[in-house]
Order: sequence, then C-alpha cells, then structure tokens
Amino acid sequence: MATQETSQSATFRHAFGNVLSFAVLLLIGVMAFSIRLFSVIKYESVIHEFDPYFNYRVTQVRLVFVYGIFANSFLRDQFVYPLGRVIGGTVYPGLTLTAGTLWRILNSMNIPLSVETVCVFTAPVFSAFASLATYLLTKEIKGAGAGLTAAALLAMVPSYISRSVAGSYDNEAVAIFALIFTFYLYIKTLNTGSLFYATLNAIAYFYMVCSWGGYTFIINLIPMHVLLCIVTGRYSPRLYIAYAPLSLNVVSIRMLNITFRREKAASSQASSLISEVKLGIVRVVMVVLGTLLAALVPVVGFNAVMTSEHFASFLGHAANLQMSFSNSVVFIIIHVVALVYYIKGILSPQMFKVAVTLVVSVGMVVCFAVLAVLIALVASSPTKGWSGRSLSLLDPTYASKYIPIIASVSEHQPPTWPSYFMDINVLAFLVPAGIIACFFPLSDASSFAVLYIVTSVYFSGVMVRLMLVLAPAACIMSGIALSEAFDAENFLIKAGDTTKVTQNDVKHEKSEDTIKERSSRKSKKKDKENIERPSLVSQVEKRLLVLPLETSVIAVFLLVLLGAFYVVHCVWAAAEAYSAPSIVLTSRSHDGLHVFDDFREAYAWLSHNTEVDDKVASWWDYGYQTTAMANRTVIVDNNTWNNTHIATVGTAMSSPEKAAWDIFNSLDVKYVLVVFGGLVGYPSDDINKFLWMVRIGGGVFPHIKEPDYLRDGQYRIDSQATPTMLNCLMYKLSYFRFVETDGRGFDRVRNTEIGKKHFKLTHFEEVFTTHHWMVRIYKLKSPRNRIRGKTKKSKSKSGTSTSSKRSGTRKKNPWQ
Amino acid sequence: MNRLRRDLSLLFIFGFFTLFSNVCSDLVISKLDRQIDLSSQIVRFTTSLKLENNGVEAVSKVLLPYPENQAKNLAFLLVTITEGKGKTKTSSDRLPVDVIHPEGMPSLTWYAVSLPKELSKGGSLTLEVKAVFTHLLTPFPEKITQADAQLVAFQDSAHYLSPYAVKVQSLTVKLPEPKVESYTKLENTKFSGSEIKYGPYENIPPFSLPTIIVHFANNKPFSVAQELVREIEVSHWGNVQVTENYNLIHAGAELKGEFSRLDYEERPHVRGASALRSLVARLPARAHSIYYRDEIGNISTSNVYSDSVKTLLEIEPRYPMFGGWRTAFTIGYGLPLQDFLFKSEGKRFLDITFGCPMNDMVIENIYVKVVLPEGSKDISVVAPFPSKETREAKLSHLDIAGRPVVVLEKKNVVPEHNQNFQVYYRFSSLSLLREPLMLVFGFLLFFVACIAYVHADLTISKSSSSYIAKLQWDEVQTAIQQFQNIMNRVLVIHNKLDASLRDLSRTGDVQACKAARKTADAFLKELTKELKPLLSFLQSSPQALHIVAKVEELVVKEKELQEKVMLKHSMVVDSYEKKSGGKDIDNRIAAVQQKITLLRQEVDDLLEVIDEI
Repeated sequence: MATQETSQSATFRHAFGNVLSFAVLLLIGVMAFSIRLFSVIKYESVIHEFDPYFNYRVTQVRLVFVYGIFANSFLRDQFVYPLGRVIGGTVYPGLTLTAGTLWRILNSMNIPLSVETVCVFTAPVFSAFASLATYLLTKEIKGAGAGLTAAALLAMVPSYISRSVAGSYDNEAVAIFALIFTFYLYIKTLNTGSLFYATLNAIAYFYMVCSWGGYTFIINLIPMHVLLCIVTGRYSPRLYIAYAPLSLNVVSIRMLNITFRREKAASSQASSLISEVKLGIVRVVMVVLGTLLAALVPVVGFNAVMTSEHFASFLGHAANLQMSFSNSVVFIIIHVVALVYYIKGILSPQMFKVAVTLVVSVGMVVCFAVLAVLIALVASSPTKGWSGRSLSLLDPTYASKYIPIIASVSEHQPPTWPSYFMDINVLAFLVPAGIIACFFPLSDASSFAVLYIVTSVYFSGVMVRLMLVLAPAACIMSGIALSEAFDAENFLIKAGDTTKVTQNDVKHEKSEDTIKERSSRKSKKKDKENIERPSLVSQVEKRLLVLPLETSVIAVFLLVLLGAFYVVHCVWAAAEAYSAPSIVLTSRSHDGLHVFDDFREAYAWLSHNTEVDDKVASWWDYGYQTTAMANRTVIVDNNTWNNTHIATVGTAMSSPEKAAWDIFNSLDVKYVLVVFGGLVGYPSDDINKFLWMVRIGGGVFPHIKEPDYLRDGQYRIDSQATPTMLNCLMYKLSYFRFVETDGRGFDRVRNTEIGKKHFKLTHFEEVFTTHHWMVRIYKLKSPRNRIRGKTKKSKSKSGTSTSSKRSGTRKKNPWQ
Repeated sequence: MNRLRRDLSLLFIFGFFTLFSNVCSDLVISKLDRQIDLSSQIVRFTTSLKLENNGVEAVSKVLLPYPENQAKNLAFLLVTITEGKGKTKTSSDRLPVDVIHPEGMPSLTWYAVSLPKELSKGGSLTLEVKAVFTHLLTPFPEKITQADAQLVAFQDSAHYLSPYAVKVQSLTVKLPEPKVESYTKLENTKFSGSEIKYGPYENIPPFSLPTIIVHFANNKPFSVAQELVREIEVSHWGNVQVTENYNLIHAGAELKGEFSRLDYEERPHVRGASALRSLVARLPARAHSIYYRDEIGNISTSNVYSDSVKTLLEIEPRYPMFGGWRTAFTIGYGLPLQDFLFKSEGKRFLDITFGCPMNDMVIENIYVKVVLPEGSKDISVVAPFPSKETREAKLSHLDIAGRPVVVLEKKNVVPEHNQNFQVYYRFSSLSLLREPLMLVFGFLLFFVACIAYVHADLTISKSSSSYIAKLQWDEVQTAIQQFQNIMNRVLVIHNKLDASLRDLSRTGDVQACKAARKTADAFLKELTKELKPLLSFLQSSPQALHIVAKVEELVVKEKELQEKVMLKHSMVVDSYEKKSGGKDIDNRIAAVQQKITLLRQEVDDLLEVIDEI
C-alpha cells in the first residue's frame, strides 16, 4: 500500500512538475520575445541597420515574384546592377524563406500583416524558440533544472539581444536557434541512439546551413567531438548513429556546392538559357543524389548550395576544401573504429592483436601518403589554401594587415575586454564553474558542452561577430553552474536546519532526512530525471557538507544578487544599448527628446523625386538602404563582391571634382549621396570613413596615395590639411556652403574649423540636403553645360581678341 | 503664354455667338454680381443672379453654361434660391442640376437648374450659384528657382457668360495679396487693396466675352493629392478605423536648379515661399490612436491638438515640398462607433464625411472604401453628390467569406465635398459573437487534440519486439525505482536505530531504545516483504539481466549490514542492561562498527551504480 501511495504521489508530482516547467518555459519564451520589443516601443516597428534592409527586400521580391527556393535563380538578375550581389549564389535563403513562409501562413489564415511587420518580429519569435532549444539541450546535458536556468539566461543575454531585437532582420536571428537546436538533436541522438533523432538532426543541420555562414562551426565542432569521444575511448554505436548521417550530409552539400560553382561560372559565360536548362538538370540530379545520400528533404539539400556570404570572393574554395577534408577524415576514422569494434567482437584476442598491428602499419603508410598529397595541394595555392576571412580567424591581425576591405568592417575586429562584460556580463564568471560541474560526472553530452564553450571562446576572441556563438555556450555553462550551486546551497541550508532542530551531529541522519525533503521539493519543481537520482545528488553533496548554515545563506543571497545584476544589465542593454535603429537617431537635450530622421528624409526624397532608373552613388554602407528605402539602383552596396568596383567609387570620392565627375559619369550616375555629421555631431559620417575610401581606392588605383591626405601622418580637415584633402570631392560635397551656417565652419564631429571655407561646385549641384544636414544629395551637372561654357569662352576670347593685336590672325571675326 | 492665347482666341470666337439669339431669351438677368476668389489654388466663383421672366410662358429651367476649359475642371456646383438681403437672407436647399445638350447652342457645357416652382410671367427670383474649380490657375513661369515667388495666371471673361441678356453686372476678383503683376484693364476697372473690380456694366447681350487675364503672385502651396484612398472600417466592437493613403504632389510652379537647405532655413519666406511645409487635418472630436507614416516608417513631425469639437492634426511631410515634388504618406485614426453609427427602421447606417480632412487640398481621384463587418446585408449608399459605386470584399482577421466593401470613386474633390454620406446595412448583433466563438472552438479543438495525442498509443505494431522491449524496460525501471526507494527507507531505519543508540547513551533509557528496536524490526520485516516480489520480477525480466547481479549483490550486502546493525544494537543494549562502562561498550562494538561503516560504504556505492543505470 505504501508503495502504491508513493508511486501515485510521484506521478502526481511528476505531472505537476511537468506543468510547472512548461509554464516556466512559456514565461521564458514570453520574456525572450518581449525584452526585444524595446526598439518597437521606444522607436517604431521598422527594420534596423543595413543588412536587414537587404534581407527585407529579398523577402519582398521573393514573395512578389516567385515563392520558394527557385526564387533564387529569378532573384539573380534583380540585384546585380552593375556589379552587386549575385543573389542566386550568395544569399542564405533560410531567413527569407522562414519569414516568407510565416507571412504566407498568416495571410492564408486571413491575418493581414504586412511583410515588414513579419520581418520585424521574426527575430524575437525565433529567440523564444532559441530559449526553448537551449532548455532542451541543457536538459540533455545536465537535467531540467539547469535547462530552465540556461533558457532563462539565454532569453536575455545581451550578446544575442544585440542581433535579435525586433527589427533586426538578419541571418543570425534564425541561425542561433538553428545552431542550438542542431546541437540539441545531436546530443539527443547521442544519448538515445535513435535514428529518428538522427534524421531530425540532419534536417536541422540543413536548415542551419541555409541560414548562416556560421554553420561551418557546426561542421567542425561535431567531428571534433566525435574525435574526442573516440580518442577518450567513449566510442559507442550511438555515436556512430549521431554522426554518420550528418557527415553524409556534409559530403553531399560539398558535392552540390562544387557543381553549382562550376555551373555558375559557366552560366556567366555561356548563353543564359542553355546554361539555365543545364543547371536545372544538374540540380535535379544532385538533389536526387543528395536525397539518396542523406535520405533528406531535397529542397533543403538544394538550398544548402548557396553558401558563401559577404565578400564571397574572399571565402574561396580553400576553406570549404579544408572543412570537407576534416569531415571526411573524421568520417573515415569513425568507420574504422566501428569496424575495429566489430572485428574485436568476432576475433579471438590473439588474432585481434595481430590484425591491429597489420592494419596500423598499413594505415600509417596510407595516412602519410594522403598527408603528403594534401600538403602539396595546399602549398600550391597562392594563399597557402587559406581564404582571407579564415586566415583572420587564425591570425587576428591578418586582415588589418593585408585586406583593408575586411578590416574596415567593425564587426570583423577582435573584441576588447569590456565588450565581453557588455555582451555576456556575469556569465563570464559563471562559465568556469559550469565547466567544473560538467566534469561531475563527465558524460558524452557534458564533454560536448565543454568542447563547445572552449572553441567558441577562442573564436569570439578573434572576431567580435562570433561573440554570438559564444553566448549560447556561456548561457548553458552558467545555467549548469547556477543550477548546481543552488542545488548545493539549498541542500546545505536544509541540512543546517535539520541540525538545528534535532541537535544531532551525525552525518547519516541529516543526509537521509534531507533526501526526503529534497525529493519532495525537487519533484515539485523539476521533472522525472531529477527525482530519479536524489540519492546521487546527496552523495555528491555529502562531500560538500562543510559550510555552516550562515555561509550557505549568504552564498545563496550572493547568487541571487548576481542573477539580479545580470537581469538589470540585460534589460539596460536591451533598452538602451541595442535597441536604437541606426536609421533614426535621437538625442536628449534640456528641451526634450530630439529626433534625427534625416536618413529616411533623404531616402524618401530620392524615392519620390527622382526618375525610376536614376543611379545613385554613395559609399557602400548606404547601398542596401538606398536600394530598399529609396528604391533606386546604387553603384556599390554592402555586398558588392568586386573590390575594384568599390575602389572605383572610393577613388571618385577622393579625386578632385572634375576627375570624380568623369568617373561617375562613366558609371551612369545621376546623384551622389554623402552623409555628413558636422552640423549636429553625428560621428559615423563619410568624412570619418573617408580614409577607408582612400585606402581601398588606393589599393587598386595607385595614383590615390594615402599620405597625400594626411598631414604628418594625421588625418585632419582643418587649415593644416593637405591640398589634396581639401580639394577632393568628399570634402567639397560634405562642406559645400557649410561655412555659411555659423560664419566660421565649425565641424562638431572633428571639433575644429574646416580648412577651406568658401568654394563653389562646378560639376555638381546641390539638389537636396536634409533637415540636419546629415544627408546631402548632389546631382551631376549635365555635360551640356560644359559645351556651352566652352563656346562662351571661345566667344569671349574672340571678343577680347578683337581688341588685341592677335585679331588679324583670326580667320573669322564674327562681328564683321 | 501660348496656351493662354489659344484659350483667348477660343473665347473671342464665343463672342460671335452673341449673334444667335435664342429660345431662352425670355429670361433676363436684371442684376448679376460675380465674385471670383483666387486666394488659394482652388478658384471659387460665387454668382448671384436676379432673374426676371419677361416672356409669356412660365420657365422651369435656368441654363448655366460654362466654357470647356472651366467645365472640365468644375469640381463642385451648388445652386440655391436666396431671398432677402443682408441679415434676413435665407437660402433654400440645393437645386437639382443636370447636364444637358441643347440644340443649336454653342458648344459649351450646359447645366440646367430645375426650379422648385415655375417662374411665371413677370416673376423674379434670385439664384446663388457657387462653382468651385480646380487647376484653373496656371503657373507662369512654369519653372522657378528657390528664390522666386510663384506667379500664376488666371483668365476669364469680364462679362458673365450667359444665354440671357444681363442688365447690370459687376465682377470682383479677390487676390491673395494686395500685389499684382499685371491685369487686363477694361473700362470701369478698379484695383484696390487685394481686389480688382470690373464693372458695373449695363445691358450686356448674351454670350459677350471680353477676356481678362490676371497675373499675380500666389505663394500658397498647390497641394494636390493625385490619389487618395480612404478606408473606413466599421467594427461593431466599438471602433471606426479610418486609414487615408495620400499620393501628394505640389502642383505649383516647378522648382528648377538647386535646393539649398541653408537658404531655406535662413529665410524660409523668401527662399521657398511657395513650399509646402505642413498640412492641417481637421479630424472629428474624440479621434484616437492617430498615426502618420509612410512606407518606410513613422514620420515624426506631427502634432495633435484636440478640443471638444474637433481634433486638429498638424503634419509635416518628410521634406518641405517644392513645386513638382512628390510624396506619399498614410494617416490613420480611430473614431468611437457611437458617434457615427446610428439605427433607423431596423437598419443601421454609418454617417461619416466623404472628402479628406485636409485644408485646401485638391484631390484628383478619391476612393472611399467603407468596410462593413462580415455578414452585413442589404447595403445601400446615400451620397449628397454623384459618385461611382462598386463593391468588393476584403479578407481580414478571422474572416471566412470576407467583409463587404462599398467603394465610392470620384474625381476632382475639393473641401466643399466634405459632407456626410450614409451607408445603410443590416447586421445582426449575434454575428458579433461568431469570431470569439470560432476562437474558443479552435483552441478547444487544439487542446482536445493534444489530450488525444498524449493518451493515444501511436505504436504501429503492438507485437513488435522493440515495442515489447520498451514496455518491459519501463517496467524494469519502475521496479528499480521502487527498489531504490525501499533501500533508502531501510537505510533510514538503520539511521534511526543508530540515533536511538545515541539517545540511549545520553539518557540511559533502555526501554525507549528497545521500543525503537521493535518498531524498526517491524518496519524492516515489512520492507523485506515488499522487496520480494520486486526481486523476483527483476530476476524474471530479460531486460534486467545486467542489473540483477548488482541488485542481488546489494540485497546481500544490505542483509549483512542489517545483521551487523542489529548485532551492534543488541550488544549495546545488552551492555547497558549489564551497566557496562562506556569505554567497554566502545571496545566491544568497535569491530562491528568498523564492519558496518565498510558495508555502508559498499551499499552506498552500489546504490549509486544502480542509480546511474
């Protein structure tokens, strides 16, 4: 009877715990969603930054023209003017497909939301999903308690918020969810050995590949873990099941990728129709092959083709080659190990020994041969087989030394220490504790978590952007640490209580009593797994039983304080630091809030008051926005793959007016847009970016020399500036008639008076300047003016020449 | 100027029509007073005519001709009969006006006003004709720089174009500023203040058209909405949502050359005099949730002032609009339902304004869409002026069939069209509950499906080995859990025994200790009994093969431990009964105690091992 009762109450507790953890998860999801809405509440529901505008436009076009993955081949022609992004080959379709599908579903349910609204809220929704995935992953590693804590931490980690606030419609918005979920399914497969989860894992992995360039992280991390397991003697059939399908995926993607690249090269040369058809056939074949290989959804496999990301040209074949290499090596190894285990079962020990020596010696020879071939291959390529961005991953200073265009992107710089504190805050202190907790006991899953955190810490140290990969790992580790710490402290407090009451000092009594209490308390809060092993916990904690009650209470208090500090910091970061859409700026002054909406003012002006096929030249930062908001073709945008092209615009901006006019005219440019912050003190304007234009321009056109723009190595625009600087187009367009605003031309960004104050423009005319002068748009004067000017000149010349003695030499005098 | 000349010559041709005297000549206009208001982009003609019937037959129709260039821009025509003068002046309702094509008349556009009662012989009455025209002012020059003032030209005839003879007439042209570039000087022309007066002229025959041209500065922005879509969505939950999409152009003189922000900011009334800076929309009182945005987001330059009669919304476009510049934006607001929806004779009707709330705006094409709730029937529209009516359907939140939409389309709309129109329809209040009920049922179904899914066993083959294995494994797990429970309880009992011994050493109460022993014995017996079926089950289960060994080992160890504990207990109790010394007891049980600690450790380890399984 007693057992019945206990089992009944256990099931009841179990159910109750399930409901409770479900409710907690739901609340975490709501929090993850709502903490990202600061931007909508404080500003408005608008897409932020530059890249999201591109994604938004792709989504729009995708929905308007053709839906589904085949949209990519249609999109190819939409964005390539003149050397823009080759959509078909460079866009990750995951995000746009996801948002597009969401929009379709909502519309089919007669919920009329605009595409923009759906795009704006995609990231918050997926961050709620990401919290859920974190819960699942951490639960697999260390139990439900740790899972809930980790999910709560992830829901508000600033690093992730910075990329997923409402309106930040970027690949990372869905990719982090996909990343965590793929890891979860991998661990789940590893723990259960279920083929069902393995298949799901492969699908999730494909989704990840569709979404973000960070998938290479998964490609490399999982084989590393497999290798680690094999080396530490943890090989099991479950490991094989977890890894093999995934690896097959990778191979099939590689094959697709290479074919697609070849086809792309071919199609750019050959006539489009034939290559299109050919491409289609090859695609179908490859899709079928991919399906056969990985038993997967074909569309996903097809989508995985579009791999290279920004500056695709810099991510060459080499990096891919290495990745597929590392994969296939691990793939071979795991098969060898599986075979060894199988043979071991069949053969007698002596026979096995002989076989091992034989195989090892042969294997060594083969390995050396392969290695030699590989080294020869890698060494033969000019960059030693490494692409720019991959190299900068290994050597953080590489890009700034050799490739200015990569270095000019701030998110490719190594982070500073404060940025760690800003982005993961107290998690940085909790992570080591979490790593320690992962070793008690070390399972396959927890070893994976340790490997994840270690690698991501390294990568985040190389590139600010990869901090995003670190954040989930840090959350998982901190979740484990916090949960374990709370478990221990709670236990200690309860233990302390019992000692007080019973006045006993014998160990056994205490621990047994607390087992009961603990199990009742725990089962209320957490589910099955924890109930199953209260005794284990007690065993572990028995050894920790050294702290007096007061200390434990203080420790709990401090932990809560730490958590509270984290929450406060996260809310602050979400509200103040990361929610500002770069498109609208605000400043607080004594007379209230001031809104600077100049960018949209300018884009709206362009969109309504210029011809549809006019081309606008500006520095590439504003390319996407101009395309999306002003609906005008730009010369270079954020993803122009042709460095020379960007350099051409850079050169034009750094040339004198006449030369610049020639360049722009040859590019069929009608309008030139510059961003100028000198009047209101907006620091990230074109004058501050100008040196990059000079450097990138000078990298291709040697007549632009950086020292010409620097006075004694200093970049300045005041009276000490070099004449080259004061005569270049960027200077003139930025400061045209600026002196008349305050009489002396004081630049509030550079905090100095400008060098050249009064000048006129001969080849450009000002057509629009926004309210705060932040965007200035100039029109190229038509060449007709020059001809008239010439004739006028000749007329006046001839006019004056009548009075001069040269008049006699003239063939014709118009006045006679 | 060419265009003007052409029009001019056209008008001169009309002069020849004076030769044709016609059927209408029975009527005579005894006194005519004309006022032309040119102070904004909209030209308003106010004409009061005193008609006398000198003929024999009674007259029921009065003809009002307009030249083609005016007629095609005629936006609004209102004819009333006025009686009395000054303060006692009263006007009748508007009179019906039709377009007619009379035979043998010059090719003008003719409007026939039907009089409410025939004008009998010798009778007289005063008609007041209010005509509103758009696009009658031509910018001249057509392109100006930022610093120039916007000059426009207006042309008309000094005499009233009429098929009837006019005895006395005068014309007043009102200008926006007391300045004029040039104007046609005829006899009796007077320019004073901001008005030009022509006349009075006496005894003018029909169709006399001496042309006048006024060229003057009009720096009012010519805001023209090329298209305005007003969507009025009625929700019976208490809200009328109005959304207005504007497609605006400044139709004045086009800006040529540079736009300099510097000049504009420094001397806004000289450099950019005609620029459109802001618009004021006069919304109904209690308008709420007002927004102002365009396709790329919210526009922050707007203000709302409200009082009990109206809500004023002052909006600025993103940029000051110069001649020829365009923009597009959307404003939206909610209105309380009870202010606009009424009931009459079992029908409901929406009573709301037709035109746009902006001041001085010309709308070339307006589409007023009234979205009624889903399930509305018997829809009819009553509008104060003719408009093209079509129907469509709109699918919105939770709709199945779609909401019926009445679309009214009209060209050339001016502020005079801001009159109420009515949409009558039938709608059952019960239909209101349809959507909430739909949601309720939807969620209910979802939860039921969830419950069904959780309780259903979706295994395809119940006899498959893996399924059975899984079931067995589950059983084994529960058994092991129970086993662990029992073990833990046994250990607790051991601890209690230990505790009783300690109590004994403190108090020396042997009886209490014995009692504790008894209860412990009873408990242990019971637990052993419980253990038996579990053990036999585990031994029989094929799934538990690898665990059984450990479990059995644990049971054996525990038995041993139990014996030792009992032994220790009885030894201690015995010693107490024999009143042995504390040291003596310690010595005696030392060996046992050692064994106990060892066994206890082993049991704990085994428990941990089993737990990990």
